[in-house]
Order: sequence, then structure tokens, then C-alpha cells
Amino acid sequence: MDGAFLTNTGDLHARVVGILAAQALREPSGLTAEMSLDSLGIDSLGMAEILFAIEETFDVTVPFNANDTEGAGLDLRTVGAVCMAVEALVRDQRG
Amino acid sequence: MGRRVAITGAGTVNALGGDVPSTLVALAAGRVAIGPLAFDEVERLSIRIGGQIRDWDAEGRFDRQELALYDRATQFAVEAARQAVADAGLTLTEGESLRAGVVMGTGGGGYTTIDDAYRAVHAQGKNRVHPFTIPRLMHNAAAAHLAMRHALKGPSFTVSSACASSNHAMGLAFQMVRSGACDVMLTGGSEATLCFGGIKAWEGLRVMSPDGCRPFCATRNGMVQGEGAAVFVFEDWDRATARGAPILAEVAGFSMTSDAADIVLPDPDGAARAMRGAMADAGLTERQVGYINAHGTGTAANDRSEVQAIRSVFGDAPPPVSSTKSMHGHLLGATGAVELLAVVMALRDGVLAPTAGHVQPDPACPVDCIPNDARRARVDAALSNAFAFGGMNACLALRRA
Repeated sequence: MDGAFLTNTGDLHARVVGILAAQALREPSGLTAEMSLDSLGIDSLGMAEILFAIEETFDVTVPFNANDTEGAGLDLRTVGAVCMAVEALVRDQRG
Repeated sequence: MGRRVAITGAGTVNALGGDVPSTLVALAAGRVAIGPLAFDEVERLSIRIGGQIRDWDAEGRFDRQELALYDRATQFAVEAARQAVADAGLTLTEGESLRAGVVMGTGGGGYTTIDDAYRAVHAQGKNRVHPFTIPRLMHNAAAAHLAMRHALKGPSFTVSSACASSNHAMGLAFQMVRSGACDVMLTGGSEATLCFGGIKAWEGLRVMSPDGCRPFCATRNGMVQGEGAAVFVFEDWDRATARGAPILAEVAGFSMTSDAADIVLPDPDGAARAMRGAMADAGLTERQVGYINAHGTGTAANDRSEVQAIRSVFGDAPPPVSSTKSMHGHLLGATGAVELLAVVMALRDGVLAPTAGHVQPDPACPVDCIPNDARRARVDAALSNAFAFGGMNACLALRRA
């Protein structure tokens, strides 16, 4: 899959990809759902900035603890996983 | 080498106790003083626990003018220093006061003063703040008030290196007495960041635990903040013995290193070099060190990195290691000072404070962390670690007096 997965998902996914791409210093079209955040060079500080941007953009709280990355049952390892997680958080927290 | 340096007095106020004896009793009992935080707007935080000092009666302790000038962090420092000076039986002649000074550590300085002032002008729309806002919030306020109260007319300043502040401060005070630049130094650290802004800022890094500080434990999930102060009297050994002062321990060595690598992630090499440097400075071998007071924050990264560093220095048989942050929380710029009390207890009383809250060992942290229960041991020498954001490492080496 390549950037084409954006076209058949909603605006939410595009905005999440935009946040990740900005942090990775890449064009959004260069990101695929399978790409890991590690492979995009996103470190722990980058992750903190991404979560801040997501919370500000979507008015949600992301229950993520850097010491316990699996703890909240939240998979944030790949671009696609982050999109799905944000979609679920928006659904659950904003009704 | 220079002169020997004695610790002749100690004072503290922290979540475990309002003085040294009560703090040592709590440390030996493995009592956890971390609990629900109580301050304005705590309900807007996702992290709501800390090692907070309860029932701090500022109005009962200080007069009107002092209250106007003392941030909470300064109040803690003033009380800890009062105890330390009394403990040491310290009196200074006019001439002696010229060769006496103070070096304090703090990470946040007058944090609650800043928080209150911003709330007033931004949230409440006020157009003025208290006229003493600046002398209250400045990082050197506590050191200044200690100098004024105890007539310390030599060097007086504050070190701010985040979570290594008080170890850096005490290390510099040690060097000044050892070199002969001063004869007596008050030194330690003070911190009071448990306020809405103080915790809110930390939340963003996502390294705070919502439920407790469990250093070296497989279930650990972050740090928990504390508050308070500890102040010591560092004194030229010959002066101390000549006046018959009680000597709690000897400060024997100090080393500071920089990772020069990452602004938040620790590098085991920098920590290892600090420990080796402190031992070399003190003339100690690995085998003589019977206890290490760890930085041990309870974050995934620190504890793994610190144990790796300890193993690289001490090999397969490192001495027992404990983190008392599990009980009093992480006092940031004051943490090394409060933790030095556990080192004094190990050397003087032969009691090793435990790491509280331990549930199960972490294979990534292969070390004897003295889980949950204090232990008796005769300790000849000990290390105290502090590793800060910014990759700044400061390790003190102490000997039994």
C-alpha cells in the first residue's frame, strides 16, 4: 500500500498522517500505513510532540505512557495503527 | 588532595518527615509517603499523586515579612538549614563568617510563585502581581536567605542542573572546603513544584506514573514527583574535630560528567564515568563501596540505563542499590540532598534503606535493589547518584566517619 490509502479513508486519517509527516520531515504522500514510526526516525521526544498535536487537533486525551507503551492497549507503532487509534479515541471520547 | 570534609549537621523537610530523625525512621521502615495531591485545579490533571508535604503551617512558622518574601521552596530550605545549623552546633565569629558560604540546588526555583503570578495576570485578568514576585521566584532566593539568616559571607549561589542540581551543589561545596577556599559550607537543595503548572508541564513528556514509583521493578511505569529540602553543614575536618562536633559522615569524592548525547535519554557511559570518577577522587576501590543510592527514578529508560552503568563499573557483583524516590518521590533539584540522608544512615547507622513498592524483578535491571525491606550492613563507603535531563551526571562518594 502507498499514499493511496489516504484517498479511501476519511479526513481524520489525512490529518493524522499530516501530523506524522510533519514530525518526520517528509511529505504526507511519502507515508504508507505499514511504515513504523521508528523507521520514520521518530524518537521519544518526537512521539511526545505527535501526541500533543493529536490531542490539540482532535480534542481528545491519548492515554499513552512512555514507560509502558503497551499499557493502555494502544498500538501506536505504525502510521496505520496511529490512524486507527485516533479514530477510536475520537469515537469513544467525543461520542 | 587537600583537606578532609566532614558533614557535621543535617536538616530536612520532605513528605516522609519534618526533620532528620523522623525521615530516617520512615526510610528504614520503607514507608511510602506518596499519595493524592491536594492543590488548586488538581482535578484538571491526569497525574494526581505525589510526595507532598502535608500540614505545612507557613503562617505559624514565618512572620508577615518573611511570608511575603519566601516562596514555598525557600520556606523548606530555611527550615532545613535551621535544623542543620542547630544539629552541627555551628557558631561563626565575624572572621569565620567570611570563610563560610552556601551552595544550594534547585530545578524550579519559585515555581509556585510563577504559577500564581501567571494565573493572576492571565487567567484572572489582573494587571499587577505582588511586588516581591521577582525576589520570591529567583533561583538563588533560598541560598540568599540562608546566607542572611546564618551570616555566611563567603561564596553564596545556586546551581540549577535539573535533577542533578543538589548533587552538583553539594559537590561544589565539598570542593570548596577541601581546597581551602572555605571552612564551612551550608549545602543541599530545595524544591516545591507541586502545583498545577508544575505537574501539567511534566505530563506532556509522558514519563509520570499515575499510580506509584517502583524503581527497578518490572511493573514500573514512571516517576512520581515530591517536594521538600535537605541542607547539610560541610566543614573542614580538622575544624570539626577541634571543636568536638559530631561527624555524620565524610564526603570523600565527587565527579561530574556529561553525556553530550540526548536532551532527555540517559547514556550509561556518562553515568559510569561519574561513578568511576567519584571513586577515583575519593581514593576508593569498587570493593570498598558497600551501598549505592541510585538515581532510580522509576522510568523505563533511567533504571535500565543506570543498572547497565552500575554493572559496567562493578561487574557481576555490584553492591546493594536502592532508590528512596519510591518513598519520598522525586524532588527534582533537591532529590540528591534528601537522598544523601539515606547514605548517611547507611554509613553511620548501618541501615540500608529499601526500594519500596517492589513487585517483581525486571530482567533488564539485574541488581540487588533491597526490595521493600531495609537491611543491616556495615558500610565503609557509599555512592550517591544523580543524573539529569541534559545528560548531566553528578556522583558523590562518602565514607563512614
